[in-house]
Amino acid sequence: MKFENDLGKPWKYEEGDFTVVRSSVWSPPGCHPVGCGVKLYVDKEGRIDHVEGDENDPITKGRLCPRCLALKDYIYNPSRVTYPMKRARDKRGDADAWERCSWDEATDLVVSEWRRLTEKYGKETFAVFVGTGRDGMLQQDYILSVFSTPNLACGLSGFACYQPRMMAANMTIGALYPEIDYAGGLEGGYDDPSYTPPKTIVIWGKMPLASNGDGMFGHAVIDLMKRGAKIISVDPRVNWLATRSEVQLRVRPGTDAAMAMAWANIIISEDLYDHDFVENWCYGFDEFSERVKTMTPERAAQICEVDVEDIYKAVRLYATSKPASIAIGLALDQNPNGMQACQCIMACMALTGNLDVPGGNIVADMSEPEDLVAGTKDQQAADNNEQRSFVTAGWYSMSEELRNKCVGMADYPFFCTQVTISHADSMLHALETDEPYPIRMGWIQSTNMFVASASAETKRWQAAMERSMEFCFGTDCFITPTIQALCDVFLPLSTVAEHDSVNRTHYGAASIVTGVGNKAIEPLGEAKSDLEITALFAEKIGEGAKSVYEGPIDYLEKNRLEGRHTFAEVRELVKYKRKVFYWKYELGKLRPDGQKGFLTPTGRVELWSSQYQMAGLDPLPHYEEPALSPTAHPEIAEKYPFVLTTGARTFAFFHSEERQVPRLRELNPNPLIEVSPADAERCGVSDGQWVEIYNEYGSAKFKAKVTPTVRSGTVMAQHGWWFPEQDGSAPNLFGAGLSGVDNLVPVGHNNPMGLCAPYKCTHCAIRPLQENHDVDMNDVWSKFGKLV
Amino acid sequence: MPKYALLIDYEYCTGCQSCEVACKEEHDFPVGKWGIRVLDDGPWQKDDANDQGSSFNWNKIAVPTDLCDLCARRLENNREPACVHNCLAACMRFGTIEEMAAELAKKPKQVMWAPTE
Repeated sequence: MKFENDLGKPWKYEEGDFTVVRSSVWSPPGCHPVGCGVKLYVDKEGRIDHVEGDENDPITKGRLCPRCLALKDYIYNPSRVTYPMKRARDKRGDADAWERCSWDEATDLVVSEWRRLTEKYGKETFAVFVGTGRDGMLQQDYILSVFSTPNLACGLSGFACYQPRMMAANMTIGALYPEIDYAGGLEGGYDDPSYTPPKTIVIWGKMPLASNGDGMFGHAVIDLMKRGAKIISVDPRVNWLATRSEVQLRVRPGTDAAMAMAWANIIISEDLYDHDFVENWCYGFDEFSERVKTMTPERAAQICEVDVEDIYKAVRLYATSKPASIAIGLALDQNPNGMQACQCIMACMALTGNLDVPGGNIVADMSEPEDLVAGTKDQQAADNNEQRSFVTAGWYSMSEELRNKCVGMADYPFFCTQVTISHADSMLHALETDEPYPIRMGWIQSTNMFVASASAETKRWQAAMERSMEFCFGTDCFITPTIQALCDVFLPLSTVAEHDSVNRTHYGAASIVTGVGNKAIEPLGEAKSDLEITALFAEKIGEGAKSVYEGPIDYLEKNRLEGRHTFAEVRELVKYKRKVFYWKYELGKLRPDGQKGFLTPTGRVELWSSQYQMAGLDPLPHYEEPALSPTAHPEIAEKYPFVLTTGARTFAFFHSEERQVPRLRELNPNPLIEVSPADAERCGVSDGQWVEIYNEYGSAKFKAKVTPTVRSGTVMAQHGWWFPEQDGSAPNLFGAGLSGVDNLVPVGHNNPMGLCAPYKCTHCAIRPLQENHDVDMNDVWSKFGKLV
Repeated sequence: MPKYALLIDYEYCTGCQSCEVACKEEHDFPVGKWGIRVLDDGPWQKDDANDQGSSFNWNKIAVPTDLCDLCARRLENNREPACVHNCLAACMRFGTIEEMAAELAKKPKQVMWAPTE
């Protein structure tokens, strides 16, 4: 049968009773910005009737995940708040104390408090708290320039998501995180003549199908498997993808650096490396070889608790497959020794000649982009030689003196200047002690940090914020537990269907696809976009705001579109690609100066990292036993025998989002902890029973899922849980404390650069409970099923 | 006599549940009602030699329910069913029984359903 499709349709068209708007979606609701192509079907009343995948999208090709399929249930959710609200400071935590107010009054309140507090304590007293996956978090540039504060802040200890991999890539190959090549930037996609599908893909500490980590389209791995790619899984857990793997190394959590050193060792000692590439493009090979030889495969097998033969099998398969790629995941960020593992894994990419080749790992292009859009070459701006993927004009609009006040700068200057954000553990210290100075005003901008979606020792953060903030306001679509606990003013955010936006996606910060979020409906109530809200503040502040942008569209054009296109032009395209080149180190495209080679001090891939050396750190990789592991610490094992990991993604939710969308909640109604059958028997826990996990830092309750997918001795707990159906007022705060797994993750365990944290390698004990916290889905449906 | 069939390649079904949610949205099914369900066969160990992923049987199999009408409304407009259109792994197909049977013969680990007359 032949079916109709919408290929070639314009960005907006009529179909029967509907106006269809094609869009590339990113936030709200939050997501890793894959910018999936969607068609939004708008009825004659201007309401979204339904959503489906847009087959015009060059990568997702009509496919769409449950969260955007249920977008309508998020937009018209009866618990969404679409008007500005205010509340007396002494009523913080009281769900009934909110009063509706006008935008004028709300923004007046914010700006007058900002003036009062910054006059008293300095501009730096205002911290803007961001999380991940919301469009607003990337608007830092605009926000910093309007408010002139050096303190963008994120509760995630060690910025243990993506940034450590980015920094490791910078230290080793002088580039952004090198994503696996899934033909994203080629006109013909997988069938483009310049592309070769990888013969083998290594999935290391990552579950891309559910996570779409860093804007990688996870199901591209399935596309490549259908084209013959074999899978190697390095993961303690058997995820679905691992069941389709040739070989899996179920490493003990936190030991990846030992495994990665052994990989490099085998590649070198069995002469499986690309001699030409090493000779011409690598630096420090001899020193690196000496170092990794200290980690024999046998020793790694012992440390990681896997069969040594499987290590040989995996490495030989990877190193003899041409091309082959390695996808590195969050697990390496959430391990204080993770950057050393990354150094070795990226070395493996280089040693095997898989760096920047078709079907290998792509290195970010630093040259002037060639966008695959007819007629754009003439419009390219001259000032487009930024080394960073997004412009940092806002940060540099502040004086050096002000930038140096960024919290954490004294201890972690490299972190603060590279990431242009304050250091989380240092910020917690400042909130608790007023050192180095008081943080008296906060903006909960795109985070729900009190519900175990980021902040290690969550309750400490909550107490510190409550103690320190004289005034706090929040922007979101919903009153979250964080906003409920802390904020004096609430500003309603519009969803991606209600405003114009631009996302940059695929291959993470080295994005090669630009998508346009086309406004399809008028905002509900008085909701506004992050950009409109910042523009409103700029207007209110007046001359005091040295905004580098003139308004939302100016921001989109100068920042997101890098001055190369007008918004009006690209909205009709919905999506366009940046042309991808391979072997760019030979083309002079990896360095802003146009010289051949890599953007490192030596111009080569630095197996021996001169940047680590300059920072006073070990220039070569090394293994450190996880500081909190029960395995190596009998005193821990006695009390807390289990390794606790958290942070794995689900298809139903993005971090703390979507618990109030019944059709998604139904896919995963309760917070789960995976326990192996042997451990469940040992602890007296049955499948479906509620349990408490605890350690010296805190405790949390989960419903046990007894499954052989987790290693014995390890438990894996979900994160981001709150219960919008429950009482919102403090102290319950929508049940935010019940399943707060991050309360068990300690702060103070970053590496010397201030990066990485042990979200995936801490410890706990388990106690079965007689109580039952199962949600009643009929209750969820009756509260949130009837759309407004 | 049934005329149409869904063909599902469960070698590649990742269990993303897009089919379930797409179906619920298309038919406006409330919580507790489904037009298609992704059933989980596994994970259980099929090979005790080791505990790697490849030793596990774990197949996600989408099964249309009694409420499946093969998206009759979409079919009227010559559109494929919502579950097939949005499938993230692109492992679902729809067509006449004859067409799908011919596809079924091309590779193993597929299942064909004919939910309605």
